Amino acid sequence: MADPLLSRRWPAGRVEEVRSETADATTLVIRPGHGWRPAHRAGQYVPVGVRIDGVLHWRTYSLTSPPGRPGDPFTLTVRALPDGHVSRYLAHRLHPGEVLRLGPAQGDFQLPDPPPRRLLLFTAGIGITPVMAMLRDLADNGRLAEGTDVLLVHSAPDPARTVFGPELRSMAEDLPWFRLHEHHTRAGARPAGHLAPEQLPALCPDWRERDTWACGPVALLESAERLWGEEGLAERLHTERFRPVPLLPSGTTDSAAPGVPVHFAASGVETAAGTGTPLLHVGEAAGVAMPSGCRMGICYSCVSPLLHGRVRDLRTGEVHGEPGDLIQTCVSAASGPVALDL
Amino acid sequence: MSTALSTEPVLPDPPGAPSRGTDTEALGRELDRIRADVLARRGAEDARYIHTVVAVHRRLEIAGRAALAVSLLPPAWLAGTAALSTAKILENLELGHNIMHGQWDWMRDPAIHSTTWEWDNPTPAYAWKHTHNHIHHTWTNVVGRDRDLGFTVLRMSKDQPWHPFHLFQPVLAALGAPLFEWMAALYDLEADAVLQRRKPLRAFLRDTANTVRKGARQAAKDYLLFPLLAGPSAVPCLLGNLTANTVRSLWAHTVIFCGHFPDGVRSFTEEEIENETRGQWYLRQVLGSANIEGGTVFHVLTGNLSHQIEHHLFPDLPSNRYAEIAPRVREVLTAHGIPYTTGPLLKQYASTWARICRMALPNLHRATQSRPQGEKAA
Ligand code: FES
Repeated sequence: MADPLLSRRWPAGRVEEVRSETADATTLVIRPGHGWRPAHRAGQYVPVGVRIDGVLHWRTYSLTSPPGRPGDPFTLTVRALPDGHVSRYLAHRLHPGEVLRLGPAQGDFQLPDPPPRRLLLFTAGIGITPVMAMLRDLADNGRLAEGTDVLLVHSAPDPARTVFGPELRSMAEDLPWFRLHEHHTRAGARPAGHLAPEQLPALCPDWRERDTWACGPVALLESAERLWGEEGLAERLHTERFRPVPLLPSGTTDSAAPGVPVHFAASGVETAAGTGTPLLHVGEAAGVAMPSGCRMGICYSCVSPLLHGRVRDLRTGEVHGEPGDLIQTCVSAASGPVALDL
Repeated sequence: MSTALSTEPVLPDPPGAPSRGTDTEALGRELDRIRADVLARRGAEDARYIHTVVAVHRRLEIAGRAALAVSLLPPAWLAGTAALSTAKILENLELGHNIMHGQWDWMRDPAIHSTTWEWDNPTPAYAWKHTHNHIHHTWTNVVGRDRDLGFTVLRMSKDQPWHPFHLFQPVLAALGAPLFEWMAALYDLEADAVLQRRKPLRAFLRDTANTVRKGARQAAKDYLLFPLLAGPSAVPCLLGNLTANTVRSLWAHTVIFCGHFPDGVRSFTEEEIENETRGQWYLRQVLGSANIEGGTVFHVLTGNLSHQIEHHLFPDLPSNRYAEIAPRVREVLTAHGIPYTTGPLLKQYASTWARICRMALPNLHRATQSRPQGEKAA
């Protein structure tokens, strides 16, 4: 019981190795404990819980290793975001031996089995991660049909900042079925700028005949969806977003009402609130069945999961909260648009 | 300045109440500063503390259960019963009580969270959280509002009406101590609230069903499952489990009664707390609580409820910080002329029992004479 890796209730894994990929991207080799459901599929992601200063933070990361046997170590590759508290910790401060909580592998950004013969992979930046697992899987398992052709169009700032660059290049050299097109947005004297899906037909003339898996920044995915949609090919395009679209208060509130929009998701209520009014009062005034007890911040009967936004603790003035946090509605006020799961 | 809550003792209940005119708003600000300081420093060290307690509890429980499985051997019985009793005490006070207060919610760890914790106790967590966190901590020592003031059967304040039935209360209190966990489960059902129409009958029946289910599971675990697993050691194992539960009950009862009933602790009337400000609420928490002095191990075993005053001021701060802030709290209170009731366990325990016995009798001393006729006038 002393070993967190034995827990079935709270699956966990131990970091065995920390490998630097680029200046700001790091691969973690993790050996899962017994409680972790085995056998992920290439392209899936896994929720990772890491304790920083005593507080457990959850983020999801794509698995970058091909599926192994149950209990085998797997890898994640994390890029430190400039203001990413968690990603910077994982990429720069984590040491081998540390234990991370794990959620089950999930997501249906996967290749079918058997994979299609003609395949386009379209990625940018750290969006390469789920696709890397797919490529490693394809390279591993020898179940490719005769005449398979896989084209990866990948955009990154420059060769040095291309995560998995050397491995991708050597795969392109060694594997007859794999071709790589690297697009560098900031390399050389005349930076090429961002890769637009409109440039694709030139890079891959038969793109309409291919099934495409795309992963990268939201803007890239949105323009890809537009292009495929216009051609009536939407179902040939599979996309993966790193973050689910945040549930924003829709902003359809009575514009005369003062304050910031507050959304009670489970009750479907939209209202507006002053930044000094406890959310408990805001909800009650709007007719939401709000749980409550002491109404003064001591009993924790009024807690609700925060879906979006940040709140102000009316006792300390501190602004805090990230999606999933339980907040005490009786002593918390909206500090901007807020959505609660009530 | 305080208005609603007079700092004069309403009755000679406790001696040494603060002088009139305590600046409760300044008091509130000073106590808020202590709270903010702890929040600012709360972090990895606190997390390590609670994880250590969890680990120690697990090991003690496993060791205790293992030893009781072979408890035909007397030394194994002794060691197993001691380990299991200690494990149950830790689980009840330092873990269950404090986790369900939300003291560790900031770690965002679902394994140690007020919304998910279910304790080794016949009373379901949700029922306890309602009567304890909400009712007791909001209305601390207010006659007629805080059901913990006498736990609905004992008369613990002169402001409570006397009934001949109270003559039996020393016996009742003595019987209640070894059965405390079961008494608490009964108490959390709030049958009295149903009679007063404060709780719907339907809710009462639902809670009763839940408590019966939880209690049955608890009893089955300690008095059936583990004894059966112990095979030839079944009977000593059962006796060991019974002893551990009784020890835990006696200990919890002692700690909890010493937190609010020794000499020096005040009770309040509903009139007194009308329009209470935050500062006045703080003042009432202090005047309504008492500490017990002791060493570190003692504090951990009481779930840090030996720092009852600090706990009532800041029920959701991590328990390991109470000892650290206690000198500061005491300093602030002393500066405001507010008494800080504390003493060694034996003294607090004796004076608690003295009160139980004293209150069994009607208000004999003409002590009440200082109060004008008609309580409302006070
Ligand atoms: S209602 Fe008690 S903490 Fe909010």
